Amino acid sequence: MSHLTAMSHAAPHQLQLNEQGQLRHFLTTEGLSRELLTDILDTAESFIDSNGRSVKKVPLMRGLTVVNLFFENSTRTRSTFELAAQKLSADILNLNISTSATAKGETLQDTLWNIRAMGADMFVVRHADSGAAHFIAENVTPDVAIINAGDGRHAHPTQAMLDMLTIRRCKGEFGKLKVAIVGDILHSRVARSEIHALNTLGAEEVRLIGPKTLVPDTLQALGANIYRDMKQGLKDVDVIVALRLQKERMNTALLPSESEFFRLYGLNEEKLAYAKPDAIVMHPGPINRGVEIESSVADGEQSRILTQVSNGIAVRMAVMSMAITGQLQQQQDLAKQQGAEG
Amino acid sequence: MNILITGGRVIDPANHVNEVMDVYVQDGRIASLGAAIPGFVAELTLDASGKVVSPGFIDLCATMREPGYTHKGTLRSETHAAAAGGITTLCCPPTSNPVNDSAAVTKLISDKARQAGFTRVLPIGALTKGLEGEQLANMQGLSESGCIAVSNGRNAIRNSLTLMRCLEYAATFDLLVIFQSQDPDLSAAGVMHDGANAVRFGLPGIPETAETIAVARDLLLVEQTGVRAHFGQLSTARAAQLIMDARAKGLRVTADVAVHHLLYTDAKLNGFNSLYHVNPPLRSAIDRAGLREALLGGTLSAICSDHQPHDEAAKRAPFGATEPGISGLETLLSQALLLVEQDVLTLDQLIEKLSLGPARVLGLDSGQLGLGSVADICVFDPEAEWILTEEAMRSSGKNSPLLGLPLKGRVCYTLVDGELVYQAS
Repeated sequence: MSHLTAMSHAAPHQLQLNEQGQLRHFLTTEGLSRELLTDILDTAESFIDSNGRSVKKVPLMRGLTVVNLFFENSTRTRSTFELAAQKLSADILNLNISTSATAKGETLQDTLWNIRAMGADMFVVRHADSGAAHFIAENVTPDVAIINAGDGRHAHPTQAMLDMLTIRRCKGEFGKLKVAIVGDILHSRVARSEIHALNTLGAEEVRLIGPKTLVPDTLQALGANIYRDMKQGLKDVDVIVALRLQKERMNTALLPSESEFFRLYGLNEEKLAYAKPDAIVMHPGPINRGVEIESSVADGEQSRILTQVSNGIAVRMAVMSMAITGQLQQQQDLAKQQGAEG
Repeated sequence: MNILITGGRVIDPANHVNEVMDVYVQDGRIASLGAAIPGFVAELTLDASGKVVSPGFIDLCATMREPGYTHKGTLRSETHAAAAGGITTLCCPPTSNPVNDSAAVTKLISDKARQAGFTRVLPIGALTKGLEGEQLANMQGLSESGCIAVSNGRNAIRNSLTLMRCLEYAATFDLLVIFQSQDPDLSAAGVMHDGANAVRFGLPGIPETAETIAVARDLLLVEQTGVRAHFGQLSTARAAQLIMDARAKGLRVTADVAVHHLLYTDAKLNGFNSLYHVNPPLRSAIDRAGLREALLGGTLSAICSDHQPHDEAAKRAPFGATEPGISGLETLLSQALLLVEQDVLTLDQLIEKLSLGPARVLGLDSGQLGLGSVADICVFDPEAEWILTEEAMRSSGKNSPLLGLPLKGRVCYTLVDGELVYQAS
């Protein structure tokens, strides 16, 4: 009756690779090698034309079907995945599935099995639960390439990689870079994925700045230094990532008010001046002007917020094309093995 | 029935026995140890050569799911699983549906357990009606109906005045109150221990203080009311320390720990393994070490399974959407034996924590093999290696993280009231 024995539980980074070490799912940046992350960035670069925009169209995924499975609302991320899939010549299906917090796995499992039966080759998944993409890749549809488009607080690896691409294109190599991430790190899947990626790519220092309610001391374990004060935290940094402050945080006694947060941690011209003069400012979006970032900074010369969006398409094209290649290779190898055994 | 158990190593911590001898069972009781009884004719002889003969295990917390959640387990399936785990007596919390806050529910549980004919079931009654934390349940009536103790489970009584009244009332009749202390606000959104791993996995944490604050509050009220209290399934070192201090002050307080908290830490959740999703959560290595110390030092009198059977759907979901709990009756012994293997306890000490210790918590005279005592016996092979499979599990809940893994230590026979209720195939 039950198949709990069959539920395996590999560490996420082992799950992401096929037997030849190629990407077959993209669930998290944690545990992936520097070579692989660099490969993603290089592949993304190849999809960017001389104007800094992603190329028009390539036939890498012609005849394959990508399903955008968004269990949480998203416009920006879903759109960039859709565009990326189209540019790779894939067929794309968008599904917005509302879930309640009490929805059980069987529902999710049945939904996915039904969609797989329609002939999907890749799922781009956004879900409110940490580990959801991992669960799907491991225990629901391991034969479908899974791209994590954000799972709970856990990971948002494509956002992290487009930020890495933005940093690399602006600053060159990572070795001497100090990067500060400001704001609500505790609830941020983007921040987690960025910390792992930056450390793997060899950044000199990753700093996290914010109050203890949003930046708990335990975050140090991820390989970052924690600052409570913007002046100290931004001193001599090359890159500043401001994170969106979700308004509901104010209702859960994490912060006294938006105005207090802005006064202490909001990125304005004055605080930006603590960083290196050529520091760049990034934000995963959507931005709350006047809460975590002042308009003059968001729209200013040091801002790379729109560049991030442009780079997002190329990075997603890279990840999707690499994962589908690795997944198809894995299925071929499995078929060969079964043939040999049979 | 006359039963002869031959050639086994009898380990009975209550009577300081640890030697190879035969055990004679007559009329449901231990008739003789070692010395043959003149005229004794064994209707059944059990060969225990190379095996251990111990008092049957007493599990202080095993959820039966019946009435109300029979898709997860029934009294028949779960008591069968208990018998297969060498457990001869178990306490089931009042978290059924309807809640065990009436004599009718208590009677239903007792009757069904008796009909199943495997393991003795001692229901725990509700401390408040419907476990809602507002009105006192009919505790004395529940006690008269057969409830061994009263508890509000993990449904916290937020109002300290209400809790104080509950404890005063329970103390009036010298009822045992079992606490599963957890601050409902500090634990509200959490699904794992609040530490570096929770931050890494992006899973909401349950801080250590969710337990320690609640235990501290509960202990202060226990002290004020003089009630007999037991704290179940502690998961933190500092909570165990609080219990130790309370006992040193002379409070009538005992505590137990679930076997998984003695063996595993929150690092087990790497890979989002929902089969390790438990409440209270697996905690840090420091907590685990503190719990082991408290076990050895006597602050923790018993090891329990905290058995919580689930249907498959409850565990086949992203981690945060899964329900907490491990189906642990059938693996209690093999898991507990790891503590001997890891030099945490001697085998004698372990058996005490599984039998005599919990018996004393409940005020029972079982948990030992003295002459004339009730023949609740477990015969097990500590060296037997086996693999847990879903097909072989008696529990309806297949939610064990040990499925498919090699285990060591297996129950061969279980006797309840001098009757053979389980025999390994």
